[in-house]
Amino acid sequence: MTKLNELGLAGARDALRAGETTSRELTEACLTAIDEADVLNAFVHKTPELALERAAAADQRLAAGDAPAMCGLPIGIKDLFCTKGVASQAGSRILEGFLPEYESTVSQNLADAGAVMLGKLNMDEFAMGSSNETSVYGNAVNPWRRGNDDTPLTPGGSSGGSAAAVAADLCLAATGTDTGGSIRQPAAFTGTVGIKPTYGRCSRWGIVAFASSLDQAGPMTKSVRDAAIMLEAMCGHDPKDSTSADLPVPDFEAALTGDIRGRKIGIPKEYRMDGMPDEIEALWQEGIAMMKDAGAEIVDISLPHTKYALPAYYVIAPAEASSNLARYDGVRYGHRARLEQGDGITEMYEKTRAEGFGPEVQRRVMIGTYVLSAGFYDAYYNRARRVRTLIKRDFEQVFDQGIDAILTPATPSSAFGLGEMTDADPVAMYLNDIFTVTVNLAGLPGVAVPTGVDHQGLPLGLQLIGQPWAEAELLSAAWRLEQSAGFVAKPGKWW
Amino acid sequence: MSIDESTAARVAKLARIRVEPEALPALAGEFNTILGFIEQLGEVDVDGIEPMTSVTPQRLKRRVDEVQDGNQQEKILSNAPDAREGFFAVPKVVE
Repeated sequence: MTKLNELGLAGARDALRAGETTSRELTEACLTAIDEADVLNAFVHKTPELALERAAAADQRLAAGDAPAMCGLPIGIKDLFCTKGVASQAGSRILEGFLPEYESTVSQNLADAGAVMLGKLNMDEFAMGSSNETSVYGNAVNPWRRGNDDTPLTPGGSSGGSAAAVAADLCLAATGTDTGGSIRQPAAFTGTVGIKPTYGRCSRWGIVAFASSLDQAGPMTKSVRDAAIMLEAMCGHDPKDSTSADLPVPDFEAALTGDIRGRKIGIPKEYRMDGMPDEIEALWQEGIAMMKDAGAEIVDISLPHTKYALPAYYVIAPAEASSNLARYDGVRYGHRARLEQGDGITEMYEKTRAEGFGPEVQRRVMIGTYVLSAGFYDAYYNRARRVRTLIKRDFEQVFDQGIDAILTPATPSSAFGLGEMTDADPVAMYLNDIFTVTVNLAGLPGVAVPTGVDHQGLPLGLQLIGQPWAEAELLSAAWRLEQSAGFVAKPGKWW
Repeated sequence: MSIDESTAARVAKLARIRVEPEALPALAGEFNTILGFIEQLGEVDVDGIEPMTSVTPQRLKRRVDEVQDGNQQEKILSNAPDAREGFFAVPKVVE
């Protein structure tokens, strides 16, 4: 029999409404699973009392027949979301001890929909990383292993704790955020589903900012149906975020017909990279065949500026980060360095930031400072923003040709070992986002769906990219892909 | 474009991050690797292309110019490393 924590959102919701279980039972099953999985280091701040309190409230609402969409469903929240009275550190030492006086809009929307927060999830510091190895809490560990080899693997990043927790059934689903691939890459590394919606779908208010023009929140779930349910609960217009879209939110779950007959799926030739493993190419070809079998028309397309997406991202994201992270100065919240006799305010800033930020965050803040500094602003920052215009135009031209969605690999490899990239230069790690970063630059929705395993038994995923605001159609195509691929593998429990 | 140690030190200063002198050569090396990667952007013809300001074509919303909240001094100071008498406290800034 399926344990309660192994259910997805849809299954648990239906069981709750049929009176087969209670939110309390679901929540307790998750809390037990969490306590047994400390070695995965996914949950870094546990909130069992709060969870049981919310579960009791949810059970009352269910009994009263007044249950909103996610009533009683236990989930995890990435540490990047500010949660009132609960530690929210963005995986950084500089926010040690910070207890927000407010709740992020997305986590509030989820609470309003009845969801039960189990605690906060590990992540790369300030969401800067692709392996969860830059976290102040230490590495999150992937529940998947290479067969019988016990080498610890990365769950991906930056939403590594979210991905590990969902894959290991510690919660039914989790929130993630995605600036260059931080939902989709960890989803692909853990055999889970992750969608980054169109820029503006989810409010960014109360989410610790990394690169404001790229950041979007999204759900990380066990199935496409669950992603539809949770995305709908997360998004919506918010007057507190001026970039939040004032558009109606469709019923994403009702749109999961899976009918893609006659839909045009684009296959971009630029995503066929030199040195791409044969397994990734084979996975992609299988996905193409599945879409074709389901009645879609497969069209070869070109996105000529793809090659320049990562370099543009590594100007724009650090530039915005250097500005956003200027607020961590040891004055208003978080860590302040101990000062020596005679130290003034400049020493306070410099020592606080040197102690509070880890090496990758320091590197990106300084790169951002450099590309924005006098004499380099035009050559780097403005040029990158021009290239971004061209990258977006590539997608617009393809959509104008009638393409409904684009199918690509989600990542250039399966999960790698923790520590395996330590000696590589920073750019080698950045290449993890090669298939996902274009989507952030163009503000489009993208979803990663698990469709197979590699020769080591590790999950691999494909990415579908949709037109702006077409999450409903995108999720329907993703559901079709999920049904065709029939991916059901789960990691063996070794922890 | 190559970054030397003195440029690295200047950037660290601008970013208000203390970097010990012995760490500067490695830092300059990392900057050069990343900037070398970014240099590819120079290949792109961007003549006549506007720099992107907003990824979604939208006009930023405006709100009525009126007080929305306030009187939250205690909440605002609750996370401060050093707050005294209703203010944030910092080392002396004026001699």
